[in-house]
Amino acid sequence: MIASTIDSLSLKPPTNLIAFDTPDDRGVSITLKWEIPQDISKIQGYQIFREAEDESLHLAGYAPVNKTEYIDQIDVRNNVPYQYRIRSTSPERLVSLFSEPSQKVYAYPQWFRKDLINVVVITLIYLALLIYFVQAARTGKEIFLRRIPGLDALDEAVGRATEMGKPILYVPGIWPMSEVSTIASMNILKPVAKKVAQYDSKLIVPNRYPIVMNVAQQCVKEGFTEAGKPDKYNEDDVFFLSPNQFAFAAGVNGIMERERPATNLFFGAFFAESLLLAETGNAIGAIQIAGTDRVPQLPFFVAACDYCIMGEELYAASAYLSGDPRLISSIKAQDWGKMGLLISLLLGSVLSIFGITFIISWFTVR
Amino acid sequence: MKFWQRFLNLDRKWIFLGIGLVVIIPLLFPLRLPVKPSKPVIDLFNRIDTLGVDNGVVWVVTDFDPGTMPELMPMTMSVLRHCLTKGTPVVLHGGLWPAYIGMAKMAMDNIAVEFPDKKIGEDYVFLGYIPGVTAVILAIGIDIETTFGTDYYGVPYDSLPMMEGVKNYEDISIIVDISGTRSPEYWLMYGQQRYGVDVGIGCTAVSAPSYYTFLQSGQFVGMMGGLKGAAEYEELMERYGYPTGRRPATVGMDAQSFGHLLIVVLVILGNIGYFIVRRGERKVGIERRKE
Amino acid sequence: MFIRRTLPILIAFCIGFAMLIQYFIPHPYSERFYDIVVQQWFITIYAFMFIFAYRSFFSHHIRKVKRRKTGYIFSIIAIASALLMAVGGFATRRGDFFDSLYNYLYAPLQATMFSLLAFFIASAAFRAFRARNVQATLLLVTAVIVMIGRVPLGDYLWRGMPDLIEWIMTVPSMAAMRGIRIGVGLGAVATAMKIILGVERTYMGGT
Repeated sequence: MIASTIDSLSLKPPTNLIAFDTPDDRGVSITLKWEIPQDISKIQGYQIFREAEDESLHLAGYAPVNKTEYIDQIDVRNNVPYQYRIRSTSPERLVSLFSEPSQKVYAYPQWFRKDLINVVVITLIYLALLIYFVQAARTGKEIFLRRIPGLDALDEAVGRATEMGKPILYVPGIWPMSEVSTIASMNILKPVAKKVAQYDSKLIVPNRYPIVMNVAQQCVKEGFTEAGKPDKYNEDDVFFLSPNQFAFAAGVNGIMERERPATNLFFGAFFAESLLLAETGNAIGAIQIAGTDRVPQLPFFVAACDYCIMGEELYAASAYLSGDPRLISSIKAQDWGKMGLLISLLLGSVLSIFGITFIISWFTVR
Repeated sequence: MKFWQRFLNLDRKWIFLGIGLVVIIPLLFPLRLPVKPSKPVIDLFNRIDTLGVDNGVVWVVTDFDPGTMPELMPMTMSVLRHCLTKGTPVVLHGGLWPAYIGMAKMAMDNIAVEFPDKKIGEDYVFLGYIPGVTAVILAIGIDIETTFGTDYYGVPYDSLPMMEGVKNYEDISIIVDISGTRSPEYWLMYGQQRYGVDVGIGCTAVSAPSYYTFLQSGQFVGMMGGLKGAAEYEELMERYGYPTGRRPATVGMDAQSFGHLLIVVLVILGNIGYFIVRRGERKVGIERRKE
Repeated sequence: MFIRRTLPILIAFCIGFAMLIQYFIPHPYSERFYDIVVQQWFITIYAFMFIFAYRSFFSHHIRKVKRRKTGYIFSIIAIASALLMAVGGFATRRGDFFDSLYNYLYAPLQATMFSLLAFFIASAAFRAFRARNVQATLLLVTAVIVMIGRVPLGDYLWRGMPDLIEWIMTVPSMAAMRGIRIGVGLGAVATAMKIILGVERTYMGGT
């Protein structure tokens, strides 16, 4: 008994225990920090105790020996004063005396994540650039937009289908409407539908998601209406196929084999089915244009399609096709954003060689 | 030249037949070619291997469907075997989308047969599927019990001895997302970024290149990429004396080896043919011009 | 005009900005808002949209069967399969019958579709990988090295192969990947902002 007390006394508790409300969170959480004792050879870890007005001192958590921080989230209530104590434990289950108690601390929710201030600043700068260039477009200043061969080939592709008397297949990817690439695809679908209507061809649009199907129907209808041929629009040509990825791919491949479209257009987010679709299209001899922001699928489309629109070109496509100066000028904002990132990247890399890392840490998100 | 012209226009059915043969034969007669583990797989293995019983639970997610099962199921089984043999508590989460629960169920059934002495609820837990995708990832950070309520079999959360004290990400040592979708990005954005939980992944070979960025930045602890990654994990398991089953990924790698070899041979022959035909066409062109 | 054009833009603006701001607010009210908008609204809309989806699915296939269009037999199979899985799911939730459908029909069909990739990759590679110019040659040589190096055969042929592959994947390949990713990220943000600001409205019909 005496020996164990002496052993127990030789175990030192952590010192300088401080407790504070965990920053940038929804409340119900308190962070504790402490300094570990000089001799930790006999220590296995630390027991964290908590008490409040209506809670007697009880074990609230445990931290391993090398830790100097613990976040208490178990049954912590907002706006209740808590006090903490900490003690060391040994592998033999001996415990040290308690540390000095922490000051009283309250947990409360925050209204702003200060650790994301860099994201806020970058977002605002980007937003300002976008608004500036969109406004500048009103002055009528011409903005150069490099050619995107895949989009230039759309006319030829639609024209070919008309000459051959075959339909055009448009696949808007396999992701839901909440994805930016699907929205970009819908932005392309409308001008495509308009061209198809002008050429008096048939457009087939199979869909994987019901919401995408509804938006696609609306886009195609608008396209046909703008071309002055609303009567040619057939709602049955824009339909729901299957919510399952490979069932959808099999369905689209079946359509290709049966309908033999002269032109296949794949715009949106694609995954493993990309090559299944593009290779079947290639086998039936269709002219194929694909565009996706899913980088891993690009090699498959490059290998099997006649034209490929890569990455951000997909987002620029609607501006390119519409020729609307406001949309084109927004691409200028993208370029400036990219330039800013490039300069930061170069500066950050060069300065980090000399041990100056403030740019890197500024871009770091916790 | 005629031969090469015909070869360049080879009907794809012959290529399909060739691939079929070089894949099936090694599967029937496995060679077990040696596999050298790569750093991302070693990192993931070591992270799980060094976990103690008190470091929190390992949270394995099956975000894949039968399509990617040959690549991803061996990874799931290896990680589960690894944890159960070590005695590390492991939770199997049946994926972020409804179609993937079947894969988790399949893994659970196999585990029950392989580890008859391990008890469900005490040594491992099967939490099933909850709708919401990213909302589920966020909700785990707040309270797992409220999010799931019961396990897959309907047992209340508070009746699962293993889950006692497991409240949120603080009590999870690592998320291992075995995925055929883009879910690793969701776990990264909402789990790792928002709550600081460690994330390791298993993904298809096609997706692997896009995740190297996150590996280098340290946002992912480790990665098993495709069948190769799964085979490397099996190799590490064997080296350290863990059970590996029939090593399906390693056997699959034999088939993949010969599949790749056939493609390489076809590509090389295709290029030889391309140059011979092109040179022949040029010669014909020059002779015609001379005439 | 107001209902069809202005109101949707206003809703997109308000919800878009609210979602943007919500990301920076950790308060439980913000979480609740996210829960209502993303989880409850989205799931509700999603569930209801499936009614339209299946109406479209059945009308499309029934019309094909009625008109005896090419491949109408597949339409019959599609309708029968959809009904079988639905009935199986509702009638025997987590039962043996549904499990059997999943294990012995759904799983092999999915695996078959995915495995077709191996065949298609071979034929696409054979056709597309030609050393037409310097860039194409570089692509071809790298592809061959990676294909050999990604399998045990590479290690068997040359011990340094796996390390070379790891270098290709983590240095040149990733550099290109990051470049595209940065562009995609900025493009996605710009598109989202254009939608929130109402500059981009092609997706709701009319620019």
